[in-house]
Amino acid sequence: MSATFMASGSRLRNFSKRLMQVVITLLGLLILTFTIGRVMPIDPVLAIVGPDADQSTYQQVYQQLGFDKSLLTQFGIYFVNLLHGDLGNALLTGKPVIDDIIRVFPATLELATMAIIVGAGLGIPLGVLAAARRNSVYDYIVRIISLAGYSTPIFWVGMIGLLVFYAWLGWVGGAGRLELGLDGVVPRRTGLMTIDAILAGNSQVFWNAINHLVLPASLLGFHSMAYISRMTRSFMLAQLSQEFILTARVKGLTERQVIWNHAFRNILVQLLTVVALAYGSLLEGAVLIETVFSWPGFGSYLTGSLLLGDMNAVMGCVLLVGVIFVMLNLLSDMLYQFFDPRTKS
Amino acid sequence: MSISLDTPQGNQASETSLRVRRTLSRCWGFVIKMARNPLTAIGGSIILLLVIVAIFAPLIAPYNPLVQNLNNVLVAPNAQHWFGTDEFGRDIFSRLVYGARITLYIVLLVSITVGPIGLLLGVCAGYFGGKVDMVLMRVTDIFISFPSLVLALAFVAALGPGLEHVVIAITLTAWPPIARLARAETLSLRQADFISAVRLQGASPARVLWHHIVPLCLPSVIIRITMNMAGIILTAAGLGFLGLGAQPPEPEWGAMISSGRTYMMECWWVVTIPGLAILINSLAFNFLGDGLRDILDPRSE
Repeated sequence: MSATFMASGSRLRNFSKRLMQVVITLLGLLILTFTIGRVMPIDPVLAIVGPDADQSTYQQVYQQLGFDKSLLTQFGIYFVNLLHGDLGNALLTGKPVIDDIIRVFPATLELATMAIIVGAGLGIPLGVLAAARRNSVYDYIVRIISLAGYSTPIFWVGMIGLLVFYAWLGWVGGAGRLELGLDGVVPRRTGLMTIDAILAGNSQVFWNAINHLVLPASLLGFHSMAYISRMTRSFMLAQLSQEFILTARVKGLTERQVIWNHAFRNILVQLLTVVALAYGSLLEGAVLIETVFSWPGFGSYLTGSLLLGDMNAVMGCVLLVGVIFVMLNLLSDMLYQFFDPRTKS
Repeated sequence: MSISLDTPQGNQASETSLRVRRTLSRCWGFVIKMARNPLTAIGGSIILLLVIVAIFAPLIAPYNPLVQNLNNVLVAPNAQHWFGTDEFGRDIFSRLVYGARITLYIVLLVSITVGPIGLLLGVCAGYFGGKVDMVLMRVTDIFISFPSLVLALAFVAALGPGLEHVVIAITLTAWPPIARLARAETLSLRQADFISAVRLQGASPARVLWHHIVPLCLPSVIIRITMNMAGIILTAAGLGFLGLGAQPPEPEWGAMISSGRTYMMECWWVVTIPGLAILINSLAFNFLGDGLRDILDPRSE
């Protein structure tokens, strides 16, 4: 009784320590984005008032934006605004950055979710296969596939995919989320095109959305498949070398039972954390693949703002990516703590 | 009877030559080992080819990579232009050859900077521990919490587009994993008996670090940097593709893809060929790093 109590106490302490680390990391993230925003070579005042403005207007906007205050005060203002969910206004749309991000994010979410389904759905079986037939031809092929996944420039594969599957073969839809004529047919509820189409009961839009989604999502998924299959393989190898596996084999279980019921079940928790991390790193690929596919998501928004020198939008996006990453890390840690009985000692 | 002083000196000289010979033979053995692993051999030879092409670019390239020829626009691959010409009539093969220089420049510069910085910081943090370690780990936490491309994007946005800025941005994003690795290695070595023995002999921390810890951290750091090189190529190409890297008319591979995008549907070669160059080279670095891990790191299975 008391032992369990003590154990839960130490877990609580561990957890609060971890939480403290996360808070410090987030604060550091803020300082980083703030600093990057300040050293940007584009004069934000000039970007607002235009080159023809006279000195007094310039000064007025300069003071409005708070550039006359000390850096520390500026950081304080930035921080307080952020706590209110205020990331400043985007130059291009004139709307608050946070609204813009909320508007574009579902498109990326849809893409990334589809991609992780592809990535995990292919990567895990491939990794198990490679581990089960270690040093065989299969293992070698899986190794090369995963190295290829690490090595392909994703924007290029996206273009080649468009060229082959859209322009030559006509199997999938082209750039964008829907055909031009279907834009705005279903009302926006969740922002996820497929879900919206189901809610509206419009099968034509649904299939069109899937048709447009399948190519960019598979290509993104190929990228995370490389990582997932590799990790699966090494986790499986670690399990397969253990004594209980030998026992299971000696008992006369079939190879399939040994691999799936004994070894694979033990790596599920580790896999969960790997998939969570892979999901986060899809954001990186999304920045490039969205540009290629004119996918109106977060990545397109980021690169578009970047080329315009829209400081508020860029820093808002970068901050968001950092926060998502930190949170996914925390989540995967907690999943591990929660599901793996070995961490409860 | 006098004892000649020559003998010890002669011994010393022969010992140095012996040591040199031993090092050389060890290096040779290493090369043989690498060549025996097919993936490493393929990767290594592609990289060797890349280096040769980059060094002798003016001799290899049949045309000037920057001179436009508007009478000869978007020609499909043929005997004169092996990989065709681009939208300004420039020979794509020549541009690829010169682009190898840019790629190699970025990869080498980043690796040369990142390796020592990461090693130094990581080893110091791991060895001395305490506050230094804590601060360093929190700083790396922040950097690692970004996907490297997004962070590099942010840095390039702050610095402005350009090749030098790409190098700086990638360097800033690439050192933390190296520092972490070096720290982890140092932590596992710090308590070892031989380190205590060296310390008891009165060796200074600098001596312990430089002579006993750094050499043992090197293999894993080198493997990590080699595998990083593939990532550096991809990040640089991605930045080039987004228009933030080397500026036109520089023949950077990522930028070549980006400028060929408009003509992609009619002229497949404009985009396909530079992309293949990126793919093959980053694959080569990954093969090499993968093979190096098998050879240098006895713990990997």
